[in-house]
Formats: sequence, structure tokens, C-alpha cells
Amino acid sequence: MATVSVVNRRDFLKKGAAGGAALVIGFHLTSSAFGDQAKDQEEKTPNPFEAWVRITPDNRVTLILGKSEMGQGIMTALPMILADELCVDWKQVKVQQAPTNPKVYDLGTGGSGSVAGSWLPLRRAGAAAREMLVAAAAKQWEVSPDTCKAQDGRVIHGHPQRSLSYGQLVEAASKLPIPNLNTVPLKNSDDFTVVGHDTRRFEGRDKATGGAKFGIDSRVPGMLFAVVARCPVFGGKLASFDATKAKAVPGVRDVIPFETSGRGASTTGGVAVLADNSWAAIQGRNALEVKWEEGPAAKESTAELQKQFLANAAKPGRVLRNEGDADSAFSSSPKKIEAVYELPFAPHACMEPMNCTVQIRPDGAEAWVPTQAPQWAQGVIAEASKLPPEKVIVHTTLMGGGFGRRYQADFVMEAAQVAAKIAGKPVMVLWTREDDMQHGFYRPASYHKMQGALDASGNLAAWKHFQSSTSIAAKWSEKGQDDPGLGEFGTGATIPYITPNLRLEYALAESSVPRAWWRSVEHSSSGFVVESFIDELAAAAGQDPLAFRLKLIGGDRKIPRFGEEKATPLDTARLKGVLQLAAEKAGWGKPLPKGVGRGIATFFSFNSYTAAVAEASVKDGAVKLHRLVYAVDCGRPINPDGIRAQVESAAIYGLSAALHDAITIKDGRVEQSNFHDYQMPRISETPKTEVHVVMSKEDPTGIGEPGLPVVAPAMCNAIFAATGKRVRRLPIRNEDLA
Amino acid sequence: MAISFTLNGKSQSVDVSPDMPLLWVLRDTLNMTGTKFGCGMALCGACTVHINGEATRSCITPISSVAGKKVTTIEGLSADGSHPVQQAWMEEDVPQCGYCQSGQIMSAVALLSKKPNPTDADIDDAMSGNICRCGTYQRIRKAIHPWQLFPL
Repeated sequence: MATVSVVNRRDFLKKGAAGGAALVIGFHLTSSAFGDQAKDQEEKTPNPFEAWVRITPDNRVTLILGKSEMGQGIMTALPMILADELCVDWKQVKVQQAPTNPKVYDLGTGGSGSVAGSWLPLRRAGAAAREMLVAAAAKQWEVSPDTCKAQDGRVIHGHPQRSLSYGQLVEAASKLPIPNLNTVPLKNSDDFTVVGHDTRRFEGRDKATGGAKFGIDSRVPGMLFAVVARCPVFGGKLASFDATKAKAVPGVRDVIPFETSGRGASTTGGVAVLADNSWAAIQGRNALEVKWEEGPAAKESTAELQKQFLANAAKPGRVLRNEGDADSAFSSSPKKIEAVYELPFAPHACMEPMNCTVQIRPDGAEAWVPTQAPQWAQGVIAEASKLPPEKVIVHTTLMGGGFGRRYQADFVMEAAQVAAKIAGKPVMVLWTREDDMQHGFYRPASYHKMQGALDASGNLAAWKHFQSSTSIAAKWSEKGQDDPGLGEFGTGATIPYITPNLRLEYALAESSVPRAWWRSVEHSSSGFVVESFIDELAAAAGQDPLAFRLKLIGGDRKIPRFGEEKATPLDTARLKGVLQLAAEKAGWGKPLPKGVGRGIATFFSFNSYTAAVAEASVKDGAVKLHRLVYAVDCGRPINPDGIRAQVESAAIYGLSAALHDAITIKDGRVEQSNFHDYQMPRISETPKTEVHVVMSKEDPTGIGEPGLPVVAPAMCNAIFAATGKRVRRLPIRNEDLA
Repeated sequence: MAISFTLNGKSQSVDVSPDMPLLWVLRDTLNMTGTKFGCGMALCGACTVHINGEATRSCITPISSVAGKKVTTIEGLSADGSHPVQQAWMEEDVPQCGYCQSGQIMSAVALLSKKPNPTDADIDDAMSGNICRCGTYQRIRKAIHPWQLFPL
């Protein structure tokens, strides 16, 4: 059974080191979810460990680490890396969720950083174990380790060949010193036998048989199911409630008001209806009579936000980046264009609604959470239960989608607050689809005023990007701590197109709507704006969009990321590489059927390079995306088919943003509620998608998100090629195509 | 009052409120969690099961309407994942997060039992009620198509 099981810290250490029957190597991944920072972490003392490799006499290899599986394939890719260095069949490697450890800051999974941040640590741990097993065999045979070789889970030697399995060597190996992980010899990359090969998902069988256990499938003896009534207006509070009718619903056991507050709370709490089953809890909530104090946010609306954007755009923003003199270059240029781009709030809409199961006993708490951030979940439960964090065991389950939504702990906080009030009894707080749609953390809404100028030879004389948005940083940071502007641009602040005059301005729009990290975060907006506007400039210059981009990217160089000095610079050779590959594979420049247009876009995000060519047409007033051809360079591919799957997935997520995604606000509440008034792409809307993976030898970088930012611009550029209409706001509206 | 029906080939009796949807009877009363809750309004297909062979959204199907009928869930397709459609799902490595896939597979099996050689349009018709947020649609289509060659 390929399920995620959880080991309690004591248990596995006991079974590992103390028994002497296992070879255990502890190591350090990164204290951050994000690949870039992994490099900083390498310098620090790797203690306490948060990842372990354990090899037992039954030849099993267990990789214990704090990475959560939400569909992105880390239960496959991470064992592949370890198995290659360790010289075992990757299927011999089982992944177990590491226990949360309050001494380690964060075990989160996000930022497309799992493979990037684990690549070197996993190789080193695998190599160290391999060296120890080889040394143990050499000692037993009284030969030099140099004459022994690790292969297929065994150490072999000589002619005629003799061999010992890893299992047979575990006890002796465990008594040897662990090599220095920073200097242990690694395999030559030419000798990789697992890394770089298409590999099917580790937990694929469980997911095809209904056996995979998600958070919502947690079943604890004696548990109750709770559904929560929350104020529909963001920030509103409970005024009063009458539980009589709710309690009259068969199966309802209790009705409990609770409050939530502090970092991570998305609501101020609510009224939980607890029942024997989910259905009774939902019926109970429907019957509940409750009154809210809606608070000041009740005045907010999408229309009011639009007024803020317009008012902000009418005056200069705060200057974030200023090189040359964009204003005077703009006014003196022979050819200039201005355009406004707009993007709405977007929901994650994970297929598995939010849920969390918690049991709080006097001596400790236990929770079953589909979470990208088990450490945060642990902290939140500790606070609610008034237990020390080390007394809180978090079982991280499989997730029915994450996309950033499950980095939050709001649903954990609710379950913890309810569980704290029914001491001893386990309870699952289950969100309905309506709860999920209306109480999310949305991708910020944003407004972009773009100004671009061309000189006489069609080069970019000036680039000016003004943005107003409901920033993520403004929602999460202490005042003055994080810049509520630059982060909203992402790598849109580091455009690869050469210009002597560049200016970025920002103005914050106030909103009570919770915002957070949505798949590809700010790049989903920046990619659309930058790659659409550069296309407009190409058209204004009368140049081919691909040739124009390549010309403006210019020679091979590494561009430092503006405002992120420690981040990996943008390598223009790799960017041009994906542009050219996508164009070649798509047949750029070749004739298309009548009415079909071709558009291109490229973007650098999560240290990966992506380009896509879209073929789209407009028929009966509606757009149809026919084909999407991608080229991606995410460094050395670990599991190429897993990469293709992630990009195919990001394509549909991006298509969702292009075609449908919009959360609108009226009277301080979300207008959409379920999949009838909030649509998602269906199989019939799916374009033929091809993903070409660059077989790079650079270190691996992110791939869960980078496929997304190019979809909408490639598609809208294709619409322009087909119809001459520029689409400058998402989702694409039929009236903008007419 | 007890309601009896056939569940994955075995007779099953439950004593629940007659308006309780089959989805919650399966998940919360019988602890058969392979069938998923996605929307509660028959809009996403995650809860798809077969009732007398027809693909049905269990989230809006009152248990009372199931009395005397034959219900098949994902757990009933095969005990070991050997059903050819499940095999095709594994072969094409369709699932990502996997949450919607029980419903996708049940819709695909219902389609193939009626049309062993579905066209792309047939697939669009039969599968458009099943949402996948991971966007595995291209692989779903690919997993359904090869079965043109192998009658179920």
C-alpha cells in the first residue's frame, strides 16, 4: 500500500538507531520551501535534522521527510534522486512524512521548490549510505572498498563475483562513521540510471482504485463531523444565533460558537454544527438561525475596487525601479503605445474541499491535515489546545489539490478551536464547496498601466509599468516589514528585454478580501501583462513577435533579479532556448487553417524557463484554444514524464484563468458559490498540449508552477493574430472579442 | 427504517434518514471513502457511482431512491486495480492529486460499457460533467481511447 504513513519521532528513531538493526542517516533539506534559499541553508549546521534515510535488514529503504504530496509528484521524484545515488530500484524507496518538529522553522511544500531544494541533499544522503554499505562489505571480505561496487541494492566484488544485499550489510554499516555529507563523492551524472527516465507515479495505483487516503477520508473512532456557519462578509463577526432548529435535525449533536484570530485566520470564527455525519452537519447548518455584524467590509465591491484602481492610476505610483528617464524617452519617441491590463481575484478551487480532523486530549493532540505547511498546522493546534507544540502530532495526508491554498492554516485553526471545546472527542471540520469558494485566499486583483516606446530602428526605447493591486504582502506582513509592491511584480520586475529607460511604479489598493499564494503567484499576472504588452510593441514595430523578442533579449548574459540579489539570475541563453524550441516544435511561421492565429509567450519563474505557442480561433463570438506547444527548461529533468504532467496541468490551470477565473465581490461578499456560477475548464475545452522538456544538465529547478504564466498571453496573442483584437483583461470576455 | 440495496455485489442494509444522499451513506456511514465529495450539487462528478449500471452523481441521490438497486463504487470495480480502465489509468499515469479520479474512472467505465469505441465527441459528452482541477484531461482522453481495441 502506497499510502502516506506518519512516523512518530520516537518510533522511528527507536526502530532505527537504538535497535542497531537499521542504517539511519539524518540530513538537512532546507528550512525553506523555496529552492533559491536552499543554497544559503547549506552553509548552516544541519541540526536538527528534518530528513532521514533508513535502510532495514529487509532491504527496504525509507525516505522520511517533510514534503507533502498534492499531485505534483514528489513521492516519485524525490525517491528517484535518492535511489540513483544509493544504487537501488527506486520502487524500493518508500516515502514517509517526517514528524513535525517545533525546533525546525518550516517543513512547508510550496514555491515549486521541493526538487530544487532536495536535489543535492538527497544525493549526498544516498551517496553516504552507499559508501557506508560498500565499506561494510569490504571490511567483511577484507578487501579494499575501491574494489567493491554498489549495484541494484547489493555490494558486489571480484571474479567469480560475490555479493551481499544492503539488508545483510545494514547492521555492520550502521556502526561505521557517517561520511561528511558535504564532501562525500557523488555519482558521475553520466552514470544516472533512474534520474532522467520517465517514471510512473508512485501512488498511481491507490489513486486509480479509490484507496488513496486524503484528509477528508480521515476516520477516527468516535469522531464527529462539523460544518461551520461563517459571516459571508469578510471580517464580519457573530452577533447572535439560535440553535433550536439546528439541534432538531436528526444526527446533530451540538452547536458551538467559536472565535479565531491572529496570523492565518481568514474569518473571525463562526458557529460549528457537529453531527454524526457530514450530511446531518450540513442540514444542521442550513437550519441554524444566525445573525452577523457585517462590519465595514460590507461596503466593498468589485466596482468600488475598480474605482480605487482608476484613482490610483490617475496619479504617479511609488517608484520601485527607475533606470534612465522613461518619461522623457516616452514623450520623445516616434512610436509609443499605452495599454491597460486587468486581472481579477482568482480562487484555488481545490477539488478536495478544505478539511481538518483534530483530537485534543489533556496529554496531547493529534491531527489529520491535508496541508502544505504541517509545521504551521502544529503551531495553530498547540495554541488552541494550550499544549506545547511537541505534544501535537500532525499527520500530513494526501491532498486533493493544494496550489497554495493548503499553505494556509485557517481551516486548521477552525478545527482546533472546535476540538478544544469538545475535549477528548475527535472532530472533522469539513468545508462545503460554497465555503471553499467564498472563504478562500485569492490571487490578488490587479490593474496595470503600461507604456512602451520604440526608437526609429524598432528597439525598446522605454518601458513603464504601473501596477495597482490588492497586494499579498499587505495582507501578511507587519507594516513596513515587506515591500507591498515589488513582490507583486515577481520576475515582471526583471524583464529580459533590453531598454535604456525603465520605470516600475506601484500603488496599493485597499481590500478586505484575503489574498495569498495562488499557483505561480504574481507571475500569473506579470506573465500576462509583460508578454501581452511586448507583443503589442512587436506589432507596433511591424515585427514578427518571436523575432522581436529574440532581438530585444539580445546576447547571452545573466540578468540579476531586481530586488532579489541572492536569487538565481535570469540566463538569457536558456530563455532564448525555450522560445526557439517552442517555436520550432509548433511550426512557427508555417500556414494555419483560416481563422486560426498563433501566439507566443515566454516567462522565467521559479528559476525555470518556459515558452508556449498557442493556436486559437474565435468562432461564434467565443474563443477556442486548439493547440498549446510548450518548451520548458527546469534544469536536469528528474522524471521527464512527471514534468510533462505538471506542465499539462499548469496549462489547464492557466486556461482556467484565461477563460473563467473570476471572483467578484458585492456587499463585501463573494458572489460565486459553486461550479455553476464559477466555471472551470472541462475536457471538451482542453487543447492538444505538447510539452518539450530541455534535457539540461543544470541543477533542477521548479516545475509545479512555471507552466502557468505563459498560457493567457500566448492565447491572447493568438487571438490577436487571428482577429486583430487585443484582449487586455482576464478572464477573456466575448464582448472583448467582438 | 432500514433501506436495502446491493453494494458492489453484496447486499447492504442501512438505517439512516431516507433523504440522506448515497454519497454520505457510503462515506460516513459505511466508511467507503473512495467516492468523493466535491460540490454537493452534481456539478463536478467527483461522487460518480453506478446505479443499475448508469453513471450517477451520488451527492444528490437520496438513499431512499436506491432501495432495491445495484450500486457499484470505485471499490467495486476490482479488488486489486485490475479492471482494464483502472489499468489504463495507471498506464497513462493519469492521476495527479487524484481526488477526482474515482469519479472520472466511474464515468469512463459507464461510457465504455455502452460505447466500447467512443469518438472524441462521445468522450466530451460523457466526461464533461467531471471536473479535474489538475487538468489531467488530455491523459484521460488517451486512457479511454486505447480501449477501442479491447472490448470490455
